[in-house]
Amino acid sequence: MTNPNNATITTVHNAAFTAGDALKIPTLRILKDDGNLYDGADKPTLDQETALKMYDTMVFTRVLDERMLAAQRQGRISFYMQCLGEEATTVGSAAALDEQDMIMAQYREQGALRYRGFSLEQFMNQLFSNEKDLGKGRQMPVHYGSKDIYYMTISSPLGTQIPQASGYAYAQKLRGLNKTTICYFGEGAASEGDFHAGLNMAAVHKAPVLFFCRNNGYAISTPANEQFVGDGIACRAVGYGMKALRVDGADILAVYQATKMAREFALEHNEPVLIEAMAYRLGAHSSSDDPSGYRSKEEEELWRKTDPISRFRLWLVKQGWLDEEADKAKIEKLRGEILDALKVAEKVAKPGIEHLISDVYQQPIPALQQQLDELKQHIRKYPDAYPVTSGRMD
Amino acid sequence: MAKMNMLQAINNALDIAMAKDDSVVCFGEDVGHFGGVFRATSKLQEKYGKARCFNTPLTEQGIAGFANGMAAQGMKPVAEIQFADYIFPAFDQIVNETAKFRYRSGNEFNVGGLVFRSPYGGGIAGGHYHSQSPEAYFAHTPGLKVVIPRDPYQAKGLLLASIASPDPVIFFEPKKLYRASTGEVPEDYYEIELGKADVVQQGKDVTVLAWGAQMEIVDKAVAMAQEQGVSCEVIDLRSILPWDADTVAASVKKTGRLVINHEAPLTGGFAGEIAATIQQMCFLHLESPIERVCGLDTPYPLALEKEYVADHLKTYEAIMRSVNF
Repeated sequence: MTNPNNATITTVHNAAFTAGDALKIPTLRILKDDGNLYDGADKPTLDQETALKMYDTMVFTRVLDERMLAAQRQGRISFYMQCLGEEATTVGSAAALDEQDMIMAQYREQGALRYRGFSLEQFMNQLFSNEKDLGKGRQMPVHYGSKDIYYMTISSPLGTQIPQASGYAYAQKLRGLNKTTICYFGEGAASEGDFHAGLNMAAVHKAPVLFFCRNNGYAISTPANEQFVGDGIACRAVGYGMKALRVDGADILAVYQATKMAREFALEHNEPVLIEAMAYRLGAHSSSDDPSGYRSKEEEELWRKTDPISRFRLWLVKQGWLDEEADKAKIEKLRGEILDALKVAEKVAKPGIEHLISDVYQQPIPALQQQLDELKQHIRKYPDAYPVTSGRMD
Repeated sequence: MAKMNMLQAINNALDIAMAKDDSVVCFGEDVGHFGGVFRATSKLQEKYGKARCFNTPLTEQGIAGFANGMAAQGMKPVAEIQFADYIFPAFDQIVNETAKFRYRSGNEFNVGGLVFRSPYGGGIAGGHYHSQSPEAYFAHTPGLKVVIPRDPYQAKGLLLASIASPDPVIFFEPKKLYRASTGEVPEDYYEIELGKADVVQQGKDVTVLAWGAQMEIVDKAVAMAQEQGVSCEVIDLRSILPWDADTVAASVKKTGRLVINHEAPLTGGFAGEIAATIQQMCFLHLESPIERVCGLDTPYPLALEKEYVADHLKTYEAIMRSVNF
């Protein structure tokens, strides 16, 4: 029966609470720690080429993270964020998408970005905020973005991309593109008001968006048990009337399978789906953070054992798709390539002074042009104080 | 007296306030056990328990609304917004609720005990999401008080006065100075009156006005001008709302010239408000146009931060323009 409240009315005559334990959310696992599949688990549908691309992407981000965190410690870049331990969440999900599906990420999704084809040079140019950076050197390191590969430029404020993803996916639907938008965020960002707004909007307006929550246990220092009390994040999707899936975030086959299924469902039914990947943020929040102030080394060591990359590597070897010796040599070579690219990017000039005022509006407004002219005059008077730009003005 | 940096002075102020009054409660993202990402609330949870110093979920609108509720009940919440750049999800709670609580209820209810603390400003390679100076947005909101300290001594006295204030206060902390600014700070309780500017240096040729982290920059510019024989009167505004027009006007009547410096973009910045008021109060005393040295009308940049900021050279140039007009 329809009613004005848009809710099921099941009448009882004795007062009783309804609690969350009425809802049991299963966690999908396909790949065991030893590289074998669980008995009866969904058979992976991915081919060798895709599997190896997924593996290479995870390895790439691991090596890049290691090198760039070191570069930050050396003072070569100002800031960095690793995705250590979470590589399977973003790589496995990105691999399950069409390459024209939109990606709206938070800031720890370099795996998805690399899977889409963001080049090593592009990573480096952004990290060094040089003049070849697509973002024109305006944002802190790791705030990547590229229109060509359907990867929306990262914004630091948390959760803002969630309602935007709903709108983007709704527009994809209206345009009949048969594409989806994946929206990544952490369990911490899911506390922001934008989370509620975005999920409800997507559900009400039937936007084919995939909300992908990386529940990695920590929002900077705040553990998930001080972030929320409910059963993870997936239970909330049900509250908004959308389907949910929970997966082991270190199991790339499970992440891939779940995302594929979610994508098909979202596009077929024009409905949002929420995927919650259970992971652990093995590194610090960022290069500005030191986890020893809020969690133990023992806890970290425990989670280090669930390494998503070694688990997948074992499976690939068992498939006969990966030669371990050749792989080691390849990783060594990659280390060299990354260091070389770093050395090139750090020598590239910073963006020219005209980019101080470009893109604020499509065309600089007169007041802004005047401010730039005055600034140039000032720099000409004190060239030594502004070495980045003084020698390069017209 | 003890030597403290600004973070230690803020931590000390919170400690004293919590010890003195059980109704003072500190909370925000990572504020609890960890003591905040900058450690301003370090050890407070250990000392006063989880009920009075705690982590919140990651929701600024939630933090602000929660603080409004606690303050309406009569407690004194000191809520931290991790970066001033992230205060905007709380804008509705602050602008429409905090600021209007007393007014809309005809003084039936108020949130007078409430303080929002938030690090603001640039100079840390933070780009546009870790560098903004949003004081002017809040200065445009009757019902709020807006306070910005320049050093550890000021930070402690102004923060204690903010917590004691019968009106809600937004307390912006210059994060660039958190560890860089050190000085002697009394160990006991003291307040610095809100709404009063501080004449930091007497002078006769030109008044130079700023607040927060820009005070250091102004000092450098003033030293340069002094070498050219220009005598500068330096004022730290300290309170942006309400602001001490009388002290500024008295100074400008003496010097005949005013240079205002702030980090935030020029257009709509608080310098505009000051200039309008001072030209009215001091019109016949002015010897030259009031100069504003501010950020450009763009988001705060990263790679070109040095070019963008209202630095000492730009301030020096403005001082010289003013005296040579």
